[in-house]
Amino acid sequence: MKDYSRRDFLKIAGTTGAVSALGVMGFPAIVNSAKASGRVVVVGGGFGGASCAKYIRKFDSAMAVTLVEPKKAFITCPFSNLVLGGLREMPSITHSYDALKGKHGVDVMHDMVTEIDAAAKKVKLAGGKTLEYDRLVVSPGIDFKWDAIEGYDAAASKTIPHAWQPGEQTTTLRKQIEAMADGGVYIMVAPPNPFRCPPGPYERVSMVANYLKQNKPKSKILILDPKDKFSKQPLFMQGWEKLYPGMIEWVKGSDGGKVDEIDVATRTLTTELGDKHKGDVINLIPPQKAGAIAFAAGLTNADGWCPVDQRSFESKVHKGVHVIGDSSVAGKMPKSGFAASSQGKVAAAAIVSAMAGETMPEPSYVNTCYSLVGPNYGISVAAVYRLGTDGTIVKVEGSGGVSPKDVDDAFRAQEAVFTRGWYDSITADIWA
Amino acid sequence: MHRRLAFVILFSLLIAMPGMSLAGKVSRGTMLANSCAGCHGEDGKSPGAIPRIAGKSAGYIEQTMKDFASGKRAATVMGRHALGYTDEEIKLIAKYFASQQ
Repeated sequence: MKDYSRRDFLKIAGTTGAVSALGVMGFPAIVNSAKASGRVVVVGGGFGGASCAKYIRKFDSAMAVTLVEPKKAFITCPFSNLVLGGLREMPSITHSYDALKGKHGVDVMHDMVTEIDAAAKKVKLAGGKTLEYDRLVVSPGIDFKWDAIEGYDAAASKTIPHAWQPGEQTTTLRKQIEAMADGGVYIMVAPPNPFRCPPGPYERVSMVANYLKQNKPKSKILILDPKDKFSKQPLFMQGWEKLYPGMIEWVKGSDGGKVDEIDVATRTLTTELGDKHKGDVINLIPPQKAGAIAFAAGLTNADGWCPVDQRSFESKVHKGVHVIGDSSVAGKMPKSGFAASSQGKVAAAAIVSAMAGETMPEPSYVNTCYSLVGPNYGISVAAVYRLGTDGTIVKVEGSGGVSPKDVDDAFRAQEAVFTRGWYDSITADIWA
Repeated sequence: MHRRLAFVILFSLLIAMPGMSLAGKVSRGTMLANSCAGCHGEDGKSPGAIPRIAGKSAGYIEQTMKDFASGKRAATVMGRHALGYTDEEIKLIAKYFASQQ
């Protein structure tokens, strides 16, 4: 579907001359049937990368797109909290790349990019191959700052899971919750800002509470948080009070919520103030940074994230390399799967336009995140974004916000229905 | 002189034809509509509980968006989205989904 407004036409007429615009208009088929309009390699097949790969092909089917992703199927972080709470099973949050390959003509390679040579426009794969590109998209998600909490590293995460990259970690944590005795203490160590999925830790606690209430009602949940506030906080707390009264305790940063150390053997946490907390199950979500390949390629800034031109997501470090999703610095947009998908589509538009020598239309970005507080109790946060005059992504004034606080059960139930509809839609928009 | 006149006429004709197809690979309308697809499904073809908007008439979509924005029509989340777009943008979005089957 190609839409051409008068304003767009005048822009083209003004920049390239009406005669050449006429020529293009008269023979679009000839223009489009030329050889591949370009080669794009996408690193990472998550919400950002898979969206970008698919939408590049949707915008321009003559574009050669290769998606490099080590996993044979993608497990979503969204709804992994429902798996932890027993409302879903792993297969229902696992998505294959078959449609991207077969239906959308993306060349999906299950390999890992180990090196990016931005000057030569090449990437090296762990399997030994080298791929050349005209444009590269890097969407590697997050990595963890393992040195931030003493005693916690990748090895420790085998027994004290973060489950913030779903898969084995999710299964491990689920088993621990199932094995916990009634009257046990589940401790979540929440991460500092900025991190992937701001409402995620609090939805997770809600889902764990829902399971414990039904199966182990004497159990307690303790959240140790380095922050003094969190996403949708009043809504979560209102829901907890209603659905799980007395079960969840939240300790904020200024009250000693910041954890400095863990003794894995005894499952004991020590806070900044020296308080010790022993948990029967501990879910420790460490501080985060851009995915490893972003560091290897030198795309990161001093904070550990990737600065980009927020119109096109082209790296401020390397020309021809676009960074999207959790790893990128994207103005006011949160690090969510939905935001990553929106950014993937905008980057796709930027790449296709640039390769065609066209001016990209003014971008529009969006985020919508639902959280389940209970199986039939949903809440949401949403916003529409645009490019601000300073070149950073800003919220369109008046748009967005969270669900209202004073509504009836039917409203929450409707949002719980939409939570599931949201998941069905976004995963189909990306992987189907 | 004649050539110039012919050109002016042709140029005006082209401007007068709204919604014409052209080789531009990405339009503003598509860019905006792609935002809706996250929840309403690719090209508005929702596979689940969120209403499908593909193929709804442009007038209906436009009016519904405006009613969400004004609060005339009750909503859970759409009021918060509708307030993010100008009337012109809503028109482009409506036109995009109306043209989907």
